[in-house]
Amino acid sequence: MRFQLIGVNHKSAPLEVRERLAIPESRLPDTCRDLAAYPGIEEAMVISTCNRVEVVTHTVNGHADLRGFLHDHFHLKPEELDPHLYEFREKDAVRHVFRVASSLDSMVVGEAQILGQVKEAYATARAVGAVRGQLDQLFSRAFAVAKRVRTETAVGSSSVSIASVAVELAKKIFGSLQGKNVFIVGAGKMSELAARHLMAHGCASIFVANRTYERAIGLAQKFNGQAIKFEDLYATCDRADIVITSTGAPHAIFRREHGEQFLARRKNRPMFFIDIAVPRDVSPEMAKLDGIFTYDIDDLQQAVSSHVADRRKEAELAEAIIASEVERFEARLSTLDVVPTIVSLQDHLETIRQAEIDRVRGRLGQMTPEQEIAVEALTRGIINKVMHTPITTLKSAAKESEATTVVDVVRRLFNLQVKGKEAAVPAAKKDEVGTRG
Amino acid sequence: MSLIWLRFALACYFIGLVYAFVALSRTSDLFSRIALHAASLGMVFHFVSLVEVFLSGHFVWASVHNGESLLGFFSMTFFMVIYAIYQTTSPGVVVFPVVFFLTFVAALDQQPVLLTQFVSHQGWLIAHIALIFTGYAALLVSFGASLLYLLQERRLKAKKPTSLISFLPALEVIDQIGYRSLLLGFPFMTLGLITGSVVAITAPTIGRVNFLDPKILLSVLMWTVYMIMVFTRWNSGWRGRRAAFLATFAFVAALAAWAANYFSTMHRFAS
Repeated sequence: MRFQLIGVNHKSAPLEVRERLAIPESRLPDTCRDLAAYPGIEEAMVISTCNRVEVVTHTVNGHADLRGFLHDHFHLKPEELDPHLYEFREKDAVRHVFRVASSLDSMVVGEAQILGQVKEAYATARAVGAVRGQLDQLFSRAFAVAKRVRTETAVGSSSVSIASVAVELAKKIFGSLQGKNVFIVGAGKMSELAARHLMAHGCASIFVANRTYERAIGLAQKFNGQAIKFEDLYATCDRADIVITSTGAPHAIFRREHGEQFLARRKNRPMFFIDIAVPRDVSPEMAKLDGIFTYDIDDLQQAVSSHVADRRKEAELAEAIIASEVERFEARLSTLDVVPTIVSLQDHLETIRQAEIDRVRGRLGQMTPEQEIAVEALTRGIINKVMHTPITTLKSAAKESEATTVVDVVRRLFNLQVKGKEAAVPAAKKDEVGTRG
Repeated sequence: MSLIWLRFALACYFIGLVYAFVALSRTSDLFSRIALHAASLGMVFHFVSLVEVFLSGHFVWASVHNGESLLGFFSMTFFMVIYAIYQTTSPGVVVFPVVFFLTFVAALDQQPVLLTQFVSHQGWLIAHIALIFTGYAALLVSFGASLLYLLQERRLKAKKPTSLISFLPALEVIDQIGYRSLLLGFPFMTLGLITGSVVAITAPTIGRVNFLDPKILLSVLMWTVYMIMVFTRWNSGWRGRRAAFLATFAFVAALAAWAANYFSTMHRFAS
C-alpha cells in the first residue's frame, strides 16, 4: 500500500489559491497522463472541483515528489503553494479518499455532488489508463463506502450545498419558484450549478450575461436561456427575480442606484441576489434597500454550516464507519499482496512438475490412460503437499503485519519472479497488468 | 346559555392567544396544530352561541356586544379561509389576540349596549354591519400580514441561518395574503360605509347628518387610508416598511372609528 495524496481544499486554501490550481475538465485527461508519467508514480488520479484539487497516486516506493509535480504543472513557486497543501500517505490517504467520497470532507457535509465528481475524475483517469490496479481498488471501495455512509447514516438526508441553500433561501422569499426568472451574471461553475438547482425547482427562464458574449451564449444554450450583452445588463436585469452574480470585477457592479432602478421598474417586487463573487459584485449599500435580498458567499456558507451542526452527530457515526472500512480495506489489500506470490509459487512448481513429467515420459514408454492419470495424481499430490505449508503460512501472514517479510522470504527461497509492482493486483487482472511489464 | 357557549369559545381562543405569543419566539409544528384545532373548536362554540342568541330573538343588531362577537367570528372565518388557501397559521399571531379580545369583551356578562336611536331600515342596518365587519376582518388580516412581512423581511436581511427556520411562510406568500385581504376588504368597507350613510340619513330621529361627528370623520379617515393603501400597492407596489406604516395607520383609524361608538352623538349606544 503505497498511496500518496496531496491537495488543497476549502479549509486549507483560500479561493485565490484554489482558483489557480483548478483544472478545467478538458485538460483533466492530460493532467492525469502527465502525472502517471511522473517519476516514481505508477497510478494517478486528479480530483478537481470548486472546493478541492487533489492528486491521488499509487507510487513505486511511497515517496514520489508530488509537490514537485504541482509546482511544475501549475508554474507555482513552492512558497506560494506549500503552506496550503496537505499530504497523506498510505492508511491516512485511504481514509481521506473515503471521507471525500462520502462527503465528510465537503464544505457542506453530506452534499451529494462530490461523489459524482469523484466518480467522473475516476472515469477520466481510468480512460487514459492512469488508474489500473491499486487505485482502482481504492476507489471502487471508496464508492462502496460512500454508499454505505449514505444508507446507514443520515448525513446526506437533507443534503444541502451552496446551491441548494440558495434554493432554500429563494423559497423563503418567493415561496414557490414556479415562473421565476433567473439571471446569471458572469458564467462560472458555481453559478451554473446554482442555476441548475433553481431550474430544477421550477424557475421559468434564464438570462446569461458575461463579459465574453460567446461564453454567455454557450451557457444560455445549456439552459435554453437567453444570452444578454453585458452592456444591456442594467436594462434587462429587472426582469429577473433571482440574480446569481459571480464576475471577476474588482468593484461592485450592482450599486444602490441600480437597485433603486430595478425596484422602480419592478414595482417593488423583491429581488434576490446570490453574490458568489469575491470581491463582491453587490455593494452593501444596495443590499440595504427594501426588497433587495443579497446573500454573499460568506452568508451562504454560514447558512450551510448551520445545517452542518445539525448533522455533526450523524457525521460521527459516518466517521466510525470510515474507520472500520479503512481497516478492512487495509486488511484486504495485504491479503491481496500475497495472492500473486501464491499464484507464482504454484506456477513455478507446476512448471517443474510438467518439465519432470516430460523428461521421464520417454523412459516410461507408452502409458495406458489409467497410468497417465496415476502419474498426474502422484506428481500433483507431491506438489500440493509441499506447497501446503508455504501457502497457509503466506495466507495467515497476510493478516499480520509481517506479510511483506514472509512474501520476501518465499520469493527468495523459490526464486520467484513476481512482478513486484503489481503485487497486489488480483489474479483476474493479471493479463491487463502484464502488458505493462 | 349563549354566553356559556361564548365562554367556551373564549377558552379555546385563549390557546390561540398563547400560540400567538409563543410563535413569535419559537417554531413548533405541534403547537400550531393544537392552536388550529383549538381555534376551529372555538369557532364551533362561537357559532353555536351566535345562532342561539339569534334564534332566541334577543339578538340585537345594534348591540355592541353582539357586534363584537360577530366581528370576532368574521375575523376567525377570514383566518380559516387563509389557512385553507395557504396552509399557514401565522396570521393567527395577529388575528388570535384581536379575536380573543373581541370575544372577551362580548363574553362579559353585561347588559348589551344598544344604539339609542331606533332605525327604520332594519335591512340596511344588517347589511351595514355585515359589510363593515367583513371589511374590518380583512383589514385586520392585512394589517397582520404587513407586520409579519416586516418580521420576515428583517429575518431574511439579518441572514442568521437559525432565524430562517421559522413559522413564517415565504415573503411573497405573506405579501399575497396581505394584498388579497386588502383588495377583498376594500369593496366591503366602501359598501359598508355607504349603507351606514343610508341608515344614518334615513334614521327618523336624526334628520340632519352631522359631518363633523367623530364617528364619521374617523370612518372617512380610515376609508381614505385604506384607499391610499390599495392605490400605492396597485400603482407602485408598496410593501414592506411603507406598507406596514399605512396598514398600521388604517388599523389604528379603524380602532378609533370603532371606539367612537362610545362617544359619537350619532352612532351612539346607550347602556
